[in-house]
Amino acid sequence: MPEVPDGNPPNPVPAQAATTPAAAPAAAPKPVPQPWDCELVQQLKNSYGSGIHDAATFAGQNYLVVDRAVCHDVLLYLYQQLGYTSLTDLTAVHYPKDELPFEMVWILFSMAANERVRVKARFADGESAPTVTDRWVGANWMEREVYDMFGIRFTGHPDLRRILMPDEWTGHPLRKDYDPHKQDEVWVRKNLGIESGQ
Amino acid sequence: MIQSILRYLHSDVTPGVAGNLFWVVVYVLLVFAGISVGVIFMNWFERKIMAHMQVRMGPMRVGPHGLLQPIADALKLIIKEDLMPANADKIVFWFAPVCVVMTAFCGFIVVPFGPTHAITDMNIGVLFMLGVSSLGVLGVIMAGWASNSHYPLMGSLRSGAQMVSYEIAMSMTVVSAVMMTSMATGTGTLSMIGIVQAQLQQHTWFAFSFFPVGLTALGVFSIAMVAETNRAPFDLPEAESELVAGFLTEYSGFRWSLFFLAEYAGMIAVSSIATTLWLGGWLRPFPNLLGGKNWDTAFSLVPGITFVALAALCLFYFTRMPSIRAMRADARGLAAFGGVLGVIGIVMLLPGVRVRVQDIYWFTLKVGFFMYLYIWYRTTFPRYRFDQLMKIGWKVLLPISIGVVIMTALIGVRQELLALVWR
Amino acid sequence: MSDNRFYDSPIEEVAPGNTFLDSNELVLNMGPQHPSTHGVLRVILKLDGEKVNGIECVIGYLHRGIEKVAEHRTWAQFGPFVDRLDYTAAVSNSLGYCLAVEKLLGVEVPKRAQYLRVILTELCRLASHQVWLGTHVLDIGAVTPLFYAFRDREDILNVFEKYCGARLTTHAFRIGGCRWDAYAGFAEQVLHICDDLGPKIDEYRDLITGNRIWLQRTKNVGVISAEDCIAYGITGPVLRGSGVEWDLRKKQPYSSYEDFDFDIPIGTAGDTFDRYVVRVEEMHQSIRIIRQATEGLMEGPIIAKVPKVIKPPVGEVYVSIEAPKGELGFFLVSNGSAMPYRVRVRPPSFINLQALEKMAKGSLVADVVAIIGTLDIVLGEVDR
Repeated sequence: MPEVPDGNPPNPVPAQAATTPAAAPAAAPKPVPQPWDCELVQQLKNSYGSGIHDAATFAGQNYLVVDRAVCHDVLLYLYQQLGYTSLTDLTAVHYPKDELPFEMVWILFSMAANERVRVKARFADGESAPTVTDRWVGANWMEREVYDMFGIRFTGHPDLRRILMPDEWTGHPLRKDYDPHKQDEVWVRKNLGIESGQ
Repeated sequence: MIQSILRYLHSDVTPGVAGNLFWVVVYVLLVFAGISVGVIFMNWFERKIMAHMQVRMGPMRVGPHGLLQPIADALKLIIKEDLMPANADKIVFWFAPVCVVMTAFCGFIVVPFGPTHAITDMNIGVLFMLGVSSLGVLGVIMAGWASNSHYPLMGSLRSGAQMVSYEIAMSMTVVSAVMMTSMATGTGTLSMIGIVQAQLQQHTWFAFSFFPVGLTALGVFSIAMVAETNRAPFDLPEAESELVAGFLTEYSGFRWSLFFLAEYAGMIAVSSIATTLWLGGWLRPFPNLLGGKNWDTAFSLVPGITFVALAALCLFYFTRMPSIRAMRADARGLAAFGGVLGVIGIVMLLPGVRVRVQDIYWFTLKVGFFMYLYIWYRTTFPRYRFDQLMKIGWKVLLPISIGVVIMTALIGVRQELLALVWR
Repeated sequence: MSDNRFYDSPIEEVAPGNTFLDSNELVLNMGPQHPSTHGVLRVILKLDGEKVNGIECVIGYLHRGIEKVAEHRTWAQFGPFVDRLDYTAAVSNSLGYCLAVEKLLGVEVPKRAQYLRVILTELCRLASHQVWLGTHVLDIGAVTPLFYAFRDREDILNVFEKYCGARLTTHAFRIGGCRWDAYAGFAEQVLHICDDLGPKIDEYRDLITGNRIWLQRTKNVGVISAEDCIAYGITGPVLRGSGVEWDLRKKQPYSSYEDFDFDIPIGTAGDTFDRYVVRVEEMHQSIRIIRQATEGLMEGPIIAKVPKVIKPPVGEVYVSIEAPKGELGFFLVSNGSAMPYRVRVRPPSFINLQALEKMAKGSLVADVVAIIGTLDIVLGEVDR
């Protein structure tokens, strides 16, 4: 009968003494981005030429940096021609100091090849990104969340509105210029009846 | 007047039939008190039995082993704020629980706890009970309507539809049981006491007569009665995790407790019908097979022994109670309860008492068996969806019950049929 | 109020194109406080009698801004936050995050730590599935298996408590390995659970699986095809219930899962019953893994050499694991500093919940509750 834990701290099995550094595995070298060249990249470069800014591998994970004009086509190409039928994730990162501050990231996955590829594209502030809901239905909520958190609109999205924040919230929380303690004071005052910051 | 009171004591009919108003009132009060006590016990039994089936203890705090829990619940409900929605139809809102409670209790007028232990013995007893319980549907629909909100309305309409659907199957099986009363003598009876006496005459409980017809009838009736009383697995209209919270949504406090009382009284009522019609009512097991004075005496000791055994159980748990100061009141309460049960048991063993008590005891035991089944179903089964529920009522139970009626009828006229065939 | 669209806004906003008087459609609001939606989930149903014509989920009631908080904590400080995502399976979340940071750092976790991680993660998978089983069955109306499942879950939580002091939000792992080694009696206790729990899972199965009411309530309810699953990005037991043989523990093994021998249960019809069977069978397979890992637990260090202040190189990684709910992924962006630049959690419950609209459309009201239960969502993960 497993005993109910008493209040005493568990007695650990004595671990290997720290004086045997050979026991710890040698630290693997820190990852650096390596250029990624394979048939897939060749095909893409043939189709889109300069639209593919970069193809690299970091920590064993392949990614493509594409131009925003061709990103939708690249994603479709990956889906139709190269078999990346699954959209694992769709998100954005905000680099406020860059000229094109928003980086959209799509993570595609091919079950047949058991391969993942990351597609990234940069967008300007206020610019709309193309939607991929025509191809992947599951992108619907993910794009709504990107819109909610970053303010990036998606052209062609069937129902673009906030998903996690209240509908009338102003501001997009995951932007870097949005203070973590900030609240939408008007909304808080109106709906909760308190002064925010409490 | 005293003479009329005393004269009844020598009669062998129910007070209603005898026309004795005093004793009618006494019996009415006794039945009312008994059913109320039964409902209270049901509350405790249900919580305890469900808990033990779910590997937990149930109420243990309020009184020894939670015995005072129903009283605490009743008190809470009585002193709770009794809300009425602003736009509710006030008269109907007030009347709905009254209607449901009235119909639930009215049915007990004809329920026989013994050969003369009924308030009255109408010669249409069974029909009366079924009719009165149908009136309960009216109360349910009134409750949903009066709440002035479409969720309770939807819930009450669903509840009403469910109750009506299963009543048909119930009534069909009742018809079959009534037909069985005529097997021996050629004339049947709708009177509840008459039905039990017919079972005595035919030397068999109707559940076991003409196997499997009687058993099928009892089976169909027991399923239909669970649906009739809106209990699991047919309790969708009042289930918590469903959207429509049922017709009880707007009721709180005392009004809610009236619905609760009516539900359990209804359960006891339909169980009483089932007991009377198929399980021999107040008859002890094997009244004819194991007849004679010695067997009679042996069986009449059973009620007393049951109570004494319960008292022993109480005292056993008393010895297992922790002997710390905080539990002293509980422990003494349990011992006292055990003592009371023991006294009742010993009183029941006295020859004068035990003859009179044993009918009530066997009846209550059989009704209790159905109550236990109710609780068991609730613990074990998931809930039926509403369309599946209606499908079962109309497409499964109804054809089976019609079949049972036809089979009973054929069995009833078997002599004539055989004569016809052999001619 | 803003998200009381049902009460304040005209019907146009909530059910556009439908005036209440024209059709028989009833707009019914379910939640956010509700006994059966497993958290603060609000579902707006458009009903025609009993039939569901349309369904809309309103989420965000449990949004705590975890991803924003991550940008203001160090990599190690973010560890406890991750537990609060899917709080029924906290150990899993911890594993995912630690694996992601370790990949970013290029750290290799010692074998003993990997095995310990597997044992605790699979125990947590068992615990999470028991919560799912109890609550799902309770929604459908059977009140008893909940108590049996939670009673048995206590054994697992006792192990967690002895290991790290907490039952639910455990913060079990650290970047580089485990913080504590297995305590004295750990192996015995875990093996005892394995021996005990197998017959108990069969007990739940006997109570539920053959029950005709259960079959009627779950067969052909909430059917979703394999193609739809992939289009929606659904992963986990929902995907396997629809017949797709996909489990990250087998396809992209992490943390020594390739050392263990276990099967992946697959359904065929993609209905609620198949998902139920898949999850119950997964519990058996988890017991198998735990037994192998405990018996094969070797000596060694339990944490790799990791600097005191973790500063990964500039770059991004996406690492995902097979959490009890589905594919839980962490997309980490590092700019070389001690605090993450961006942490994105790929939440399986959020993505699975999208399919509710597809699965529940056309079914009856009572089935909506069953479908929400079979998706096995945890609002902590949906909202973050």
